[in-house]
Amino acid sequence: MVLVFIDQNEGTIKKSSFEAAAYGAAIAQQTGKTAEAILLGDTPADADQLGNYGISKVHVVNQASLKTMDAQVYAQVLQEAADTLHAEIIIFSNNTTAKAVAPRLSARMKAGMVSGAIALPDTTNGFTVKKSVFSGKAFAHVNILTDKKIIALNPNAFAVTTSSGSASVHPLECSAVQPAVSVTQVNKVVGEIPLSEASVVVSGGRGLKGPENWGFVTELAGLLGAATACSRPVADIHWRPHHEHVGQTGLAIAPNLYIAIGISGAIQHLAGVNRSKTIVVINKDPEAPFFKAADYGIVGDLFEVMPKIIAEVKRIKGVA
Amino acid sequence: MKILVCISKTPDTTAKIAFEDNNKKFAADGVQWIINPYDEWYALVRAIELKEADASVSIHLITVGGADAEPILRKALALGGDESFRVHLENGDAFQVAAQIAGFAKAGGYDLVLTGKETIDYNGSSIGGMIAELMDVPFLSHATQLNVSGGKATAVREIEGGEETNEAALPLVVSCQKGMAEQRIPNMKGIMGARTKPLKVVDADTTAALTSIERFELPPAKAGVKLVPADQPEELVRLLHEEARVI
Ligand SMILES: Cc1cc2nc3c(=O)[nH]c(=O)nc-3n(C[C@H](O)[C@H](O)[C@H](O)COP(=O)(O)OP(=O)(O)OC[C@H]3O[C@@H](n4cnc5c(N)ncnc54)[C@H](O)[C@@H]3O)c2cc1C
Ligand SMILES: Nc1ncnc2c1ncn2[C@@H]1O[C@H](COP(=O)(O)O)[C@@H](O)[C@H]1O
Repeated sequence: MVLVFIDQNEGTIKKSSFEAAAYGAAIAQQTGKTAEAILLGDTPADADQLGNYGISKVHVVNQASLKTMDAQVYAQVLQEAADTLHAEIIIFSNNTTAKAVAPRLSARMKAGMVSGAIALPDTTNGFTVKKSVFSGKAFAHVNILTDKKIIALNPNAFAVTTSSGSASVHPLECSAVQPAVSVTQVNKVVGEIPLSEASVVVSGGRGLKGPENWGFVTELAGLLGAATACSRPVADIHWRPHHEHVGQTGLAIAPNLYIAIGISGAIQHLAGVNRSKTIVVINKDPEAPFFKAADYGIVGDLFEVMPKIIAEVKRIKGVA
Repeated sequence: MKILVCISKTPDTTAKIAFEDNNKKFAADGVQWIINPYDEWYALVRAIELKEADASVSIHLITVGGADAEPILRKALALGGDESFRVHLENGDAFQVAAQIAGFAKAGGYDLVLTGKETIDYNGSSIGGMIAELMDVPFLSHATQLNVSGGKATAVREIEGGEETNEAALPLVVSCQKGMAEQRIPNMKGIMGARTKPLKVVDADTTAALTSIERFELPPAKAGVKLVPADQPEELVRLLHEEARVI
């Protein structure tokens, strides 16, 4: 059985968890198994929707101590659940929750793990999973040598197909575990599209000259339903918040569309964005390295180009 | 308090990524090696700051690798570690590496094990969590701030969609990222001092690998950029809408 860990946020399932569900279902089909899901904490309102992604059963372990994420507690409960349900392959979406929990579960179960997977496993000779390495500059094909396997799928890496199916929700009893970590404060960024999940990202660099010009970035992002990002110096000089910094030392993202405005495209910046499917670069310097990584571009002054782009996007979106 | 900082070596961020031996091996010829930035800028520098605030803190460094990792350890010593250890194990998988570090940390009675959030070559983000599980201690992942007092650690951590503050009793494992400290440059005194600081080699245990890398692959070359004239930005919007179908 393939067991997919489902991450939720304020009572709804995360988009990347639906991707993990579809990926798990595809592996189940490939290996002649069934795909089921596991949720820790309260049952989210959209749990039955997992059926549309190929999940037959959703197991919910609801205990007070699972409402916040303590990696030690989660790993212990997930192992017990995986054993009870006879799970052979466990799938996570490779987000911050998975990065805390999945390695613990791997060490606990002695189950080989591949994190950052970007494709279905190749089972012709062993069980080999393609993963992103060198910050998106290469791939590795990693063979999992153990019977039990864990895969953490990169967000936006697997093309989801949905069908109409139904998933039944079942409570699952596991031993209660008390967390050793106490959570004393939580700050969630509300109302914004999380950068790691966004399918469109509009990003600005030092070429924008100052935070007062960020309207070009935020307005375009608003029109496209996009998240906003920035280069490292922009975050370092506090033009934009740190959580927007993408690149080698910031967040690595892989949206369908990445629009870079006034960013040179230094190799360390590219390391965080080169897995984007389509890259658009607006830069006045024809020699800017970003053009080598781009699919579309304009060599021009962003202060002249951006108002026209925004006006045209408004026109095609029918926004006055 | 005894802190163990996990140090890994990675190719310089500007290194050319290429493979040899039928794509089985990273082509290391002419490559400049650096301390993995998360290990150096955040984990190690924060450990040094904790020691500067409390002289009873000792900082030990550990790397799991071959003799070619020693220059990296020397550089880390120059920044401020007290002693360093290299577990001799080449090309270990994540679980093997974690097992060496966890075994060493348990035997040495360390209070705090610091790792980077991930290596910029393998991008595993897994060794810290594995160490914590093998030591059976809490794991504070993706920490952006860390303080220790009275046998307790307080950390601000990145979580899905925000951040939270956690408290837990020592010992524990923390994976470190941006925000925790500022990059430092080793000074002459540090570099001279590092020459005589201990660098001990430890034998690896027999933990077996759970995974193996079969081969590497480079992404296909981009088709090349399609440039739109600067006086027709509307054309770019049309292409994105009608050709690439991304907006
Ligand atoms: C170890 C290491 C790690 C790093 N990690 C990261 C990382 O994670 N992320 C990151 O982003 N950087 C990182 N950097 C920094 C990186 O090397 C670059 O310095 C940085 O990305 C440059 O940011 P920028 O493109 O915004 O600024 P600049 O390099 O100053 O580029 C500004 C660009 O804007 C263009 N421009 C200026 N005016 C206009 C205009 N009117 N119209 C159009 N275009 C204009 C210019 O032609 C130029 O290309 C790292 C560096 C190191 C050494
Ligand atoms: N060979 C190694 N020796 C010591 N520490 C390591 C080694 N590899 C990784 N680490 C530590 O584990 C962290 C996460 O690595 P990874 O799981 O490979 O992304 C790194 O930032 C290091 O602190």
